[in-house]
Amino acid sequence: MELPSGLRWTLRVLAWVGLAFLYVPLLLVLLNAFNKSRTFGFPPTGLTLEWWRAAWNSEGARSALGTSIRAAIGATAIALVLGTMAAFAVQRYHFFGRSTISLLVILPIALPGIVTGIALNAAFRTVLDPLGIGFGLTTVIIGHATFCIVLVFNNVQARLRRMSGSLEEASADLGATGWQTFRMVTLPNLRSALFAGALLAFGLSFDEIVVTTFTSSPDVQTLPIWIFGNLFRPNQAPVVNVVAAVLIIAAVLPVWLALRLAGDDAASSRL
Amino acid sequence: MLWLVVAYLGSLGVLFASAFWTTDSFTGAVVHSYSFDNLREVYTQSLYRTVAVRTISVALLVTVLDALIAFPMAFYMSKVARRGIRQLLVVAVLTPLWASYLVKAYAWRSLLAPHGPLSWVAGGYTPGYGLAATVITLTYLWLPYMVIPIYAGFERLPKSLLEASSDLGASPYRTIRSVVLPMVFPAIAAGSIFTFSLTLGDYIAVGIVGGKTQMLANVIYGQLVTANNQPLAAALATIPLIAIVLYLLLMRRTGALENV
Repeated sequence: MELPSGLRWTLRVLAWVGLAFLYVPLLLVLLNAFNKSRTFGFPPTGLTLEWWRAAWNSEGARSALGTSIRAAIGATAIALVLGTMAAFAVQRYHFFGRSTISLLVILPIALPGIVTGIALNAAFRTVLDPLGIGFGLTTVIIGHATFCIVLVFNNVQARLRRMSGSLEEASADLGATGWQTFRMVTLPNLRSALFAGALLAFGLSFDEIVVTTFTSSPDVQTLPIWIFGNLFRPNQAPVVNVVAAVLIIAAVLPVWLALRLAGDDAASSRL
Repeated sequence: MLWLVVAYLGSLGVLFASAFWTTDSFTGAVVHSYSFDNLREVYTQSLYRTVAVRTISVALLVTVLDALIAFPMAFYMSKVARRGIRQLLVVAVLTPLWASYLVKAYAWRSLLAPHGPLSWVAGGYTPGYGLAATVITLTYLWLPYMVIPIYAGFERLPKSLLEASSDLGASPYRTIRSVVLPMVFPAIAAGSIFTFSLTLGDYIAVGIVGGKTQMLANVIYGQLVTANNQPLAAALATIPLIAIVLYLLLMRRTGALENV
């Protein structure tokens, strides 16, 4: 039996309206990247590719992109290692304070970025500065890693919960060493969860602006910081438009990758 | 392997300890004499109270709006759409999540611009930059965070329950109210954690479309960067901290944390 058709049609219309709400602003940014005039005049007076060349040659945008990618890779790598181990610890071992960890670990995500930012800023100032590590790319990576760990943790933990320990026990019974079991049994089972976590971590780090503001030095600019800095400069507006359009197009990539490499599971993985 | 785990948990502990130290008792950390002056100022001055009330109201409003938009979307995706369309829709909801946050806020800035597309469509009318624009933009930004958990919640709801309800003579409205909502509620609560806390902490989108509107995080940022009064900023930061911890505890009772 189907749902009543009146309800179905109402839901259908509402769903597509919601989807339009999601996409109209994005399409507008794409259109704006080709807009001939420098201001937001609408409708556009004409279309041009000129700004794309300008953006390609923009030194600031390029170096910011490089910084962003380096920071995202660093943070993702740390998050993968630490997030996986934390998930193992919580799932496989019993220890004091185990049940509070699941609440504790979502705090970096649930807390406002500005709180995390201030806390990290103060912590770095008291802990890292005396060690000679100043604010810069390193602190940005550490800052990003704190919330990226959560994403990996969530994904791996969800997978571990579904995976039974008997596979690993069987492997150990058959004489495999702990490392062999991990490499040949556990890791292949975790692969798509790790991939999903890494993808989310990379994406979040790449897009992060608040924590970056508080953990970076003025000469280390990630792409969001660069965009924000140039957002209110009228003569940079066309270049910002193009960068924005590129970022929107690039957003298709991780979703496509996730679907392709890991199946439906990764794309709808846990935030 | 265990020692690495311990090392990680240790560093996590240090991080959180320092986080709480800086935000809670930072009042005395700069002048190195503990006093409650900053906290007292924050919790008694009417300016801060106004901003705090405004911020929490906006956060609740954004949460409700997102739930209202996301609920039928998730319902449709999970229970009405055919399999192919369903997958397409999941991808369609997820993709904007990957588009840069700034770009989306910026998109609304240009949408709402005085001579922008909205005023072109609406014949010169636009809400302009202000509180309304802030609410719209934040609702837009966090919508996918609400849709995905609710969708997952609907996936756990067997369709046969809906059929049973209507077989027993319930109207669609009655089915939604008495069957669907109670079962999907934990998922809505899970989504609301995102929308609520993300709104509380936002100052960038507010700065981009909010005009002169000030939210808590703007005030914190202003105290920290412009006024360079770090202790006061930290004292102010306790407001969203407390609000979110309370909200998390409240939501935990609904079983939302298992759905995050």
